[in-house]
Amino acid sequence: MDIFLQQILNGLVLGSVYALVALGYTMVYGILGLINFAHGEVVMVGALVSLSVVELLLGTNLGLPAPLLGAVGLMVAIGVCMTLGFSIERIAYRPLRRAPRLAPLITAIGVSILLQTLAMLIWGRRYHTVPALIPPTPHAVAGATITNVQILIIVVSALIMAGLMGLVHFTRLGRAMRATAENPVVAGLMGVNINRIISATFVIGSALAAVAGVLVSSNYGVAHYYMGFVLGLKAFTAAVLGGIGNLAGAMVGGLLLGLIESLGAGYVGDLTGGFLGSHYQDVFAFLVLITVLVFRPTGLLGERLSERA
Amino acid sequence: MSARRHALVRWLQHDRRAKWLGLTLCIVALVVLPFALDASVGRTWVRVIDLALLYTMLALGLNIVVGFAGLLDLGYIAFYAVGAYTYALLASPHFGLHLPWWVLLPAGAVLAAFFGVVLGAPTLRLRGDYLAIVTLGFGEIIRIFLNNLNAPINITNGPQGVNLIDPINIAGVSFARTTPLLGIPFPGTHLHYYLFLVLAALVMFVCIRLEDSRVGRAWVAIREDEIAALAMGINTRNIKLLAFAMGATFGGVAGGLFSSLQGFVSPESFVVWESITVLCMVVLGGMGHVAGVVLGALMLATLPELLRHTAAPMQQQLFGKVILDPESLRMLLFGLALILVMLLRPAGLWPSPTRRRELTSARAPGAV
Repeated sequence: MDIFLQQILNGLVLGSVYALVALGYTMVYGILGLINFAHGEVVMVGALVSLSVVELLLGTNLGLPAPLLGAVGLMVAIGVCMTLGFSIERIAYRPLRRAPRLAPLITAIGVSILLQTLAMLIWGRRYHTVPALIPPTPHAVAGATITNVQILIIVVSALIMAGLMGLVHFTRLGRAMRATAENPVVAGLMGVNINRIISATFVIGSALAAVAGVLVSSNYGVAHYYMGFVLGLKAFTAAVLGGIGNLAGAMVGGLLLGLIESLGAGYVGDLTGGFLGSHYQDVFAFLVLITVLVFRPTGLLGERLSERA
Repeated sequence: MSARRHALVRWLQHDRRAKWLGLTLCIVALVVLPFALDASVGRTWVRVIDLALLYTMLALGLNIVVGFAGLLDLGYIAFYAVGAYTYALLASPHFGLHLPWWVLLPAGAVLAAFFGVVLGAPTLRLRGDYLAIVTLGFGEIIRIFLNNLNAPINITNGPQGVNLIDPINIAGVSFARTTPLLGIPFPGTHLHYYLFLVLAALVMFVCIRLEDSRVGRAWVAIREDEIAALAMGINTRNIKLLAFAMGATFGGVAGGLFSSLQGFVSPESFVVWESITVLCMVVLGGMGHVAGVVLGALMLATLPELLRHTAAPMQQQLFGKVILDPESLRMLLFGLALILVMLLRPAGLWPSPTRRRELTSARAPGAV
């Protein structure tokens, strides 16, 4: 029983990070109908930038308190990623709005390769150890353990997601975003500056990605130039699982994927009598995805949309 | 000048002797190419061309799925893997089986097509981008199984891969060794080149014929408007499945050839990035246009290699030291090239004439 609970807790931590990243994918998809393939790399940049800032500040020996260091690192990472997201949209996607559907996908792949290589040149190929600013102290919860860092991850993600929901549903910007997602042409006729809304979407998504990057790297204690690709892939899977284009769907999908992965890793061996080990956790995740999509072709919370004309 | 060029083109197009002359010259050039490369820049380049021809077959196969039928497939490399492992497992000391290539290549093709149908049947009613992620997941599933099926029963030999795969052997001529034919020594890479060239030409021919066939027109109809295609009496499910199976078949054959060329396969060769590279070839060259796709495949397969060989010496000459290692430079330029080509030519380097027409007429005001 305690193992079960432990896997649930691990899954929640993993899932909240997936959810944060998945939100970025799903917001862009909802508005542009485009898979922002470079989003995972933005997460990676966020993690590495904050790491460098923290290391720099630690090196100066100013004796700043650890939480402040973390906060400064996070803020700088968010700033850098917002700029990055804004520029990516401007350079690689905006000129291609009327191009064939696959053209922006290819530029996105190009941006992804470019960012990865640049990160490799700047930070090198090695795995960076993330300094533990907050020493992880384990807490016992009904037979399972959870560290304060993990609790922080869950709380921060929950707060951010609540904030985003508030932004989208109760502000002027949010209403404009929803209108643009519904129908960009009509939204434009109603006086919404579509280009600004799209830029805003990318900027917000990139900020979430930066937070996710910092959280995930402090959870595992490592960061490296290749971490964004797989994370992005998983988060995109989560977004599709929940129904892409749907904010609540991305959160549900993210949490669910996290749970599936950690439970899968914990129980696949037992379920198959030791035939399949925990390396199959990804298979498990993708199989669940395929099964869900076969029975609900638009994801768990997706609307029944007809094929885009 | 222009008028004279016009006359030249017309002469080349309409005079039958000119046509034959051009064709003969092309064939002679292609036949001589490996020897010329071998003599001038070294045998590695013949190998690069071999691989480029394999990529051409892969890209043409994916073009059926993505270009003709408009189904975004991000896990295409899985079919390549199926073909490669079919060949590798049944023609190597791993199981002690040594079946001949003329059994294994078709077997790999059939098995890949079977996997294509298995993947396609439940998923083809998904909308475009959902299909993309499912195919991507399928590709990963295949790779993870290849990577882990070494325990408890050793089937694929896990991450170490399968070694000592039998080379192709035609009429007693092994493609692994240098063989004198008509007094000229033919190294294995050259023999592979001729085989791949013939097969790539065959695949090209099949694709061109498919494009104008009943099935090809049905694919294009589905790509342009699925509901309208359905209303015209096209069995969209079967026709889409056929596209998947056809694409997978070519992938399977290419995989078998890859096994025999390398003599070694491991799951490393079938990662997501490979699927993405092949997709880039298709889109960059000009989706749905056979000649464009071939151009894209040859370019993306050879240019990075060219860079690998020239980048370091060139920097040495220009700056006196190597600033960027060739591998990073290659990736940087690859990324930049993808972005720039798409920005400047959104329909690809060499789009099909119909596609270009659509693009220029679609720029009506108000279109999104």
